[in-house]
Amino acid sequence: MIRAERLSKLFGDVAALSPTDVHIRSGKITAIMGGSGSGKTTLLRLLAGLEKPSSGHIWYGNEDLCTISDKRLYQLRESMGMLFQYSALLNSLNVYDNVAFPLHEHTDLDEAVIRTMVSMKLEQVGLRGFEHLMPSELSGGMAKRVAFARAIAMDPKIVFFDEPTSGLDPISSGVISTLIKDTSTKNRMTSIVVTHDVPAGLSIADHIILLWQGRIIAEGSPDEIRHSTDERVQQFLEGRPDGPIPFSRSTTSYIDDLTHKPGTVRLES
Amino acid sequence: MSELTIKQSGPAIFLGRLGRSTLRGCEQLGDATMLGFHALSLIFSKPWQGKHFVLQLYALGVGSLAIIVITGAFTGMVLALQGYYTLAKFGSESLLGAGVGMSIIRELGPVLGAFMIIGRAGSSITAEIGIMRVTEQTDALEMMAVNPKQRILLPRIVAVILAVPLLVAIFDVVGIGTGYIVGVELLGVNPGAYMAELVAKISMHDMYGGWVKSVVFGFLIGIICTYMGYRAVPTTEGVAQATTQAVVISSVCVLIIDYILTSFFL
Amino acid sequence: MQAYRRIEMTVGAFVIVGLLAITWLAVKVGQVGGLGESGYSLVANFDDAGGVRKGSDIMMAGVVIGRIDSVKLTDNDHATMLLRINNDVKITEDAFASVRTKGIIGDRYIRITQGMEEEILEAGSEIEETESAINIEDLISKYIFSGKE
Repeated sequence: MIRAERLSKLFGDVAALSPTDVHIRSGKITAIMGGSGSGKTTLLRLLAGLEKPSSGHIWYGNEDLCTISDKRLYQLRESMGMLFQYSALLNSLNVYDNVAFPLHEHTDLDEAVIRTMVSMKLEQVGLRGFEHLMPSELSGGMAKRVAFARAIAMDPKIVFFDEPTSGLDPISSGVISTLIKDTSTKNRMTSIVVTHDVPAGLSIADHIILLWQGRIIAEGSPDEIRHSTDERVQQFLEGRPDGPIPFSRSTTSYIDDLTHKPGTVRLES
Repeated sequence: MSELTIKQSGPAIFLGRLGRSTLRGCEQLGDATMLGFHALSLIFSKPWQGKHFVLQLYALGVGSLAIIVITGAFTGMVLALQGYYTLAKFGSESLLGAGVGMSIIRELGPVLGAFMIIGRAGSSITAEIGIMRVTEQTDALEMMAVNPKQRILLPRIVAVILAVPLLVAIFDVVGIGTGYIVGVELLGVNPGAYMAELVAKISMHDMYGGWVKSVVFGFLIGIICTYMGYRAVPTTEGVAQATTQAVVISSVCVLIIDYILTSFFL
Repeated sequence: MQAYRRIEMTVGAFVIVGLLAITWLAVKVGQVGGLGESGYSLVANFDDAGGVRKGSDIMMAGVVIGRIDSVKLTDNDHATMLLRINNDVKITEDAFASVRTKGIIGDRYIRITQGMEEEILEAGSEIEETESAINIEDLISKYIFSGKE
């Protein structure tokens, strides 16, 4: 359903994502996993159209997200949802108005109907009765759940999840994982989940893409990933500090730096 | 690896820095203008943002009213006091009204008013938009198919453009009024002379000067402060820095543009 | 919704106060000389307007009674002025208009001195008796040349 061709993103001279082909299957949960700085959030933002790629194409059906008009992009987005890493609730609005926001914006439904729909969505995330609270009064886990309710308020076809479980206690993160799994299967949504939470990723995903330094190093079903023979994949799954993915991120040799022999060009200022 | 250090002479470093900052300044100027006018061009695009214009006019316009009345009042009082002692030396206290009115309408109303609005409304615009960037609220709007430029930037720019001339007019009237109270009631200037000289010496031309200034300042403040917030480095320090910069840059711009406009209108 | 109504009303009040302030400034303060279109006009011809221009004061007994509406050159040799006089000021037919200076180096203005007649000037009529600006350079050169002859 969503296909990315030779997709890449440069920030200045640094490649956050090297040319990559990605295929997201519709109605399935795809998990994009990798360590910090592996380019997974960049990939998600590109797929959601929040950032323009440096090169490549993103095909939604037969439309290229990189060349369509703003108007069409906004039309497409009415059938998309996104759960942000820090929830991104509009902090001037209470829980009810946050969840109702997409409905107020894009439908002419009666307030009574919207009220019912909001109650249903909040019931789904277990927060019915908290409509009047402001985002600042919510705990991290509750904010995530409200944001989840908002993301699925319009019953979208595609939902993006950016680190849905990061910064949450095990119970809350379990709740969110279950919610993703359940709603995706129930509503036949296409879900794209970015996470570095290995157990959560392996348990909910139908398809896993493993990124390292802006490149895909493994791809497949959870079982294929688990039984991969790639050393880097095994290191990531087990969380070993050193291995083929080196512990040290320094590019100059340690002994040179200690003896003040810088290997890089330095400008005197 | 061999050591490679490029030595630069003093002037080269200086010229390099100057060039870099000039280029960066031009780049930002262009970027701010583009962003501001892009946002303004969305004014007639659907959906109509009327409710948000009202809300922003409330937050920025009504919110700045108290500070404008206070500064206006004290500016008028100080001008009357200072002007009286200076004019009394030449025995022309009757010109007090003209002096107070002229300074406020042509210069102090627009400029001091703009400064107060920058401090009260401009900084809050930058901080608010910056925080929305940091917490990904603008991205969230974008994903909910709401254009943040239209929803967040446009109403704020429009509200400032509308609010500044109104607030400046209120500043002018309050300043002239308190000048009257100090001059006539406390210092004993002839009440008729105060108003008569004020009316006689100030022409429509002076009025236009003040209005054009306040509208232009409204544009400046709206565009600079929204730009600084929208393009702030999305970190807490980034927003703090952007807010400071927005206040400094808009204040300096107001003074520079004020000089240019005054030289045209005189 | 209730809260929004209140905000709307406050904003409405704010806009009205602002517009009132602008109107007051425009109508009361900005109006040229506080006269605008009120008052009646008279015409006067001068050999030398001597720097009197549109907006200059017209005074009688040291009190401002009007303002100059326009100054034009007529027949290529003398200046015609349109004087706008306050409605409550009546000027006799034989009144005398002269170009004067406030202080030694001050603004030029027109001084009107009442005559003896009972008849007063109608709107649009002419003040016949005028005295041009005293030109100091002319006086000096006249003196020098008359001395040579």
